[in-house]
Amino acid sequence: MTMQMTQPAPVATPPRRLTPGDIAARTTSHNSLRETISQTMSMAWRATKKMRRNPEQFFDVTIQPLLFTAMFAYLLGGGLSGSVEAYLPLVIPGILAQTALTACMATGVQLREDMEKGVFDRFKSLPMARIAPLAGPMIADLLRYAIASTLTFVTGIAMGYRPGGGVAGVAMAIVLTMIAGWSLAWVFTWVGTLARSAQSVQGISMMIMFPLTFMSNALVPVETLPSWLAAFVKVNPVSYVVTATRDLANDGTVTGHVGWALVACAAVIAVFAPLSVRSYKRHL
Amino acid sequence: MNHIPAVHAEGLVKSFGDFRAVDGVDLHVDQGEIYGVLGPNGAGKTTMLKMLATLLPIDGGRAEIFGVDVRRDPHRTRQLLGVTGQYASVDENLTANENLWLFGRLQGVSSRTSRATAAQLLEQFGLQEAANKPISQFSGGMRRRLDLAASLITRPPLIFLDEPTTGLDPRTRGQMWDTIRELVAGGCTVLLTTQYLDEADQLADRIAVIDRGRKVAEGTPDELKASVGNSTLRLRLTDAAEQTVAADVVRRLLGEDPVLSPESGRLNVALDAADRAADVLISLREAGIGITSVSVDAPTLDEVFLALTGHDTGDSVDPSATADSRQLEVAR
Repeated sequence: MTMQMTQPAPVATPPRRLTPGDIAARTTSHNSLRETISQTMSMAWRATKKMRRNPEQFFDVTIQPLLFTAMFAYLLGGGLSGSVEAYLPLVIPGILAQTALTACMATGVQLREDMEKGVFDRFKSLPMARIAPLAGPMIADLLRYAIASTLTFVTGIAMGYRPGGGVAGVAMAIVLTMIAGWSLAWVFTWVGTLARSAQSVQGISMMIMFPLTFMSNALVPVETLPSWLAAFVKVNPVSYVVTATRDLANDGTVTGHVGWALVACAAVIAVFAPLSVRSYKRHL
Repeated sequence: MNHIPAVHAEGLVKSFGDFRAVDGVDLHVDQGEIYGVLGPNGAGKTTMLKMLATLLPIDGGRAEIFGVDVRRDPHRTRQLLGVTGQYASVDENLTANENLWLFGRLQGVSSRTSRATAAQLLEQFGLQEAANKPISQFSGGMRRRLDLAASLITRPPLIFLDEPTTGLDPRTRGQMWDTIRELVAGGCTVLLTTQYLDEADQLADRIAVIDRGRKVAEGTPDELKASVGNSTLRLRLTDAAEQTVAADVVRRLLGEDPVLSPESGRLNVALDAADRAADVLISLREAGIGITSVSVDAPTLDEVFLALTGHDTGDSVDPSATADSRQLEVAR
């Protein structure tokens, strides 16, 4: 291969040898916060490119809201609330949390698949913050949560749901769902860095997702549950999110539940983000 | 002048369970050098490179890159290195241009500079026409070149190349060699691994031969080849029964023990210089020993190995070498 470049022939001056001073000058001891954010956003950019080129990644966030909303509303509405219309205000925020959780389960599976690829060797060899390859795709996934929650509301409204919170309440509910999805995705990201294959990530994630969604107040009122189950439901972070979403979408009020939901999300991040980064660093 | 070695490692160890993939290797690479690590599959070359590149934890010993302790300061180490792996480590979902831009951005290069450097590198590596094509349409050679370009985006002073030409056709291999030479002319230091003696010979200033995680020899290509002779004479005798006699003739003439394979009547002998072959042939005719085929070749990696370690590489493709070599399975 010929080097047809405008720069002078490299042999003209013998290259200077580097001294310890040169090395200190051209390196830094760690990534600054600004660098970390910039790297995370670059990884998010990569993930959106990937999404656009693999549109099948949007199946779960487009089909599932339509299917689940209709299915659960018609299936359980009559029995639980007397009619489908009466059940919708209860179930729509529940489905919202459920689809967000399914969507963020895919985050872990895709991370695992991604980590198998050669390009991850390069990411590891670059002086980039170890959190960036994990957090980047999760930021891109906000788009998926937004699609999923918007579609859930659209389906609900088509079925006769009239959210009392109005446009503002619904918008806030969508934002809260996105925040919750992003937070809970750290659980699955952690699983993604731990498990040996994408299949096992899928399996483990299912085992986490099912109790989290169904053992919550997403589909049924807590009062109907036996006390031992109600005890778990009450500490389940998904319940906080569902209750807060109901307050926002149905009443348009920012209640204490919203605050607690955010605290629950923060707690999940505080535990699982460091675990994920630690496990990613170790995993090779 | 107060300059420091590009790589300095002492007693590097990596274990996987009971198996020691790298077993106490010392390495010293000066700035501006092309240093070749030669060995068969599974010898521990890649593992060693990965430890030096912070991709695998170092189990024992210590390593410094330009005086920076790899274990203690991995972040600083990564800023001094470009790593090009055995398998293309570029993103299949992105175009060539997007790949280079991303790797620039991830290392703190501004978007504009990243774009300019990407364009420049693609031109330098003859990839500008494929700049906006998806990587899935790239040939093996194009991928390798893009991979190397991706390592150069921040112009690191040290480049690790893990088997840069394995699986490439001869023409593409030659191009890769030229590119590597240009890098060094531009001031880079290169540490490369290879399975091919001729590649190490063509490129490297110094070579370390690695076998089962240990360094079994080190030197310039000439020193290394001299240890097995600069070329190998391969003979096949008409009558296999005359092998012992023929071996005596050769031993008297060259003072060197030939390698025999009794079943096939083959006889291989290392030569200091190719023209000594004529002397051997004349002596054999004078002794009345018939020959059915003759060839003079450069020593293969297998022969270097046999000479240095007493066993072959375990994955020989040279048909003449398989008959007489003890087929020891190299660990792993």
